[in-house]
Amino acid sequence: MSNRIYVKKTYKLFINGSFPRSESGRTYEIKSAKGVFIANPSLASRKDLRDAVTAAHAAQAGWNKVSAYNKGQILYRVAEMLEGRRAQFVDEIVSVTGLTKIKAEKEVTDSVDRLVWYAGWSDKLSSLSGALNPVTGPYYNFTVPESMGVIAAIAPESPSLLGLIDAVAPIIVGGNTVVVLASTKAPLSAMSFAEILATSDVPAGVINILTGKQDEIAPWMASHMDIDGLDISGLATTSHSAVRIAGTENLKRIYSFKSADPGRILAFLENKTVWHPIGL
Amino acid sequence: MSFYGLVDGSQASLTKYLGALSGVDQVGADARAAMLATRSIKTTSKRWAINTAISMVDLTTLEGADTPGKVKALCNKAVRPDPTDSSVPSVGAVCVYNDMVAIAREHLDLIGGGHVGLAAVSTAFPSGRASMPVKIQDTQDALDSGATEIDMVIDRGAFLSGDYIGVFNQIVQIRELCGSRAHLKVIFETGELVTYDNIRKASFLAMAAGAHFIKTSTGKVAPAATAPVVLIMLEAVRDFYQMTRVRIGVKPAGGIRTTKDAIKQLVLVNETAGPEWLTPALFRIGASSLLNDLLMQRMKLDDGYYASPEYVTID
Repeated sequence: MSNRIYVKKTYKLFINGSFPRSESGRTYEIKSAKGVFIANPSLASRKDLRDAVTAAHAAQAGWNKVSAYNKGQILYRVAEMLEGRRAQFVDEIVSVTGLTKIKAEKEVTDSVDRLVWYAGWSDKLSSLSGALNPVTGPYYNFTVPESMGVIAAIAPESPSLLGLIDAVAPIIVGGNTVVVLASTKAPLSAMSFAEILATSDVPAGVINILTGKQDEIAPWMASHMDIDGLDISGLATTSHSAVRIAGTENLKRIYSFKSADPGRILAFLENKTVWHPIGL
Repeated sequence: MSFYGLVDGSQASLTKYLGALSGVDQVGADARAAMLATRSIKTTSKRWAINTAISMVDLTTLEGADTPGKVKALCNKAVRPDPTDSSVPSVGAVCVYNDMVAIAREHLDLIGGGHVGLAAVSTAFPSGRASMPVKIQDTQDALDSGATEIDMVIDRGAFLSGDYIGVFNQIVQIRELCGSRAHLKVIFETGELVTYDNIRKASFLAMAAGAHFIKTSTGKVAPAATAPVVLIMLEAVRDFYQMTRVRIGVKPAGGIRTTKDAIKQLVLVNETAGPEWLTPALFRIGASSLLNDLLMQRMKLDDGYYASPEYVTID
């Protein structure tokens, strides 16, 4: 079988739990650090973004109802699956970015650990960020963090896998659903991560992953009225002002983060206050 | 009474009339409908199509939980679909259950919505399982309350067991009752008629019995207004026009939820019956959630960015 032709993977988008090509039919070329052709991933269009937002919107109410404990378990399950496929991710990172194998292995290890870390926050958020407020009157007055809705995110160019997880996990752990644009130059690990999501217990539409160009997709994310918040941590700084201007028009919450911390989770939660009579 | 002199009310004449119909090429109808659904409508044509579709909507609420408040809200929305934009046309009609007609009539008159039709579903909607005196009383009731359009269901049990003359005479009786007071729409419930041949047969039967409109479904049974079914009914009104020079309207209802679906229907109309049918007088779309999607697509055209369901009214 020495003449066997290697069966290459078609890297497509991940929308509503399935893997469509871009509706535009567009693709772009990915090359290795040494300039060798690797793959033709989909170049997502604004209509792909629209479809992803529709899916995320439909999935949000259901995902928000999942108990905090169960959300944490589901994220932990994703970490389990990633652990089991380490080799594939190491290979993809090495081939695209030219990192050494040791560095790629460290990125995958960090990614698994980061997922577990975010999973752990799930059932602690309301006790840490919520409050029992003192009020004059025979009432309990609670403040609890609640999800916003559909959040969009731009993952950084690198690290491609760890950056994607930092973009996605804090958003969904609080009950939001997400549409994320993966690294443009190194999207392979993002699309392989989508295969993990599809076979883990994350419901369809909770995480939607697009591949394409930031300057095409980011302004549409900012102007879309049905996206409630935007994480631009991975956005090239040259595009920041255009996105902020478009997002100001509809009062979108736009944040950028430098590291993984619980503030990433809380940024996309809203504090809601509930009154309850004492003694009932 | 007989309309157009096609059927004189006897079993023999109806059998002869329906016997002259050819069968429907099922594969051909499916393929033709699928092909027409691939048309892409953009920019100025899309704006025209959205406005036209809004003016054709029969804004419907047919729930057991309907309240006078909900019906009034629906009437407001029908007259002025987007409270922030007066350039949006009113819809074709409001469609409600019989006992809500008086409330809708009063409210439409109050808010200056006389140009919007008021349709009542009648004759033991949605099943049609009642005796003829009950159906007549049902319809009379709606007419007395101020309905301008009557959406009647046919007796599918009678139709499927071959009692075509029974179905025919029921439609004739209701049409006579409507007289010049109201337009009559005849609902087939195509999802229960099983075959395309039956849909063609029912279309010609209803038209000869005096229907002003033929309507696919109640919205209570799936599948409802599929593209091939609408295509067959549009072909029927086109052929009937050739025979009688009278234009009968078509109303698909049920399952049309997005702007894309609605525009596909308009393409079907234009390519099958012809552009003369692209008016609310001859084509209506029975829907409830469709209107919000049409409004959101209209906002997208105006503003240049995607709209959110949070910015249109809940009905």
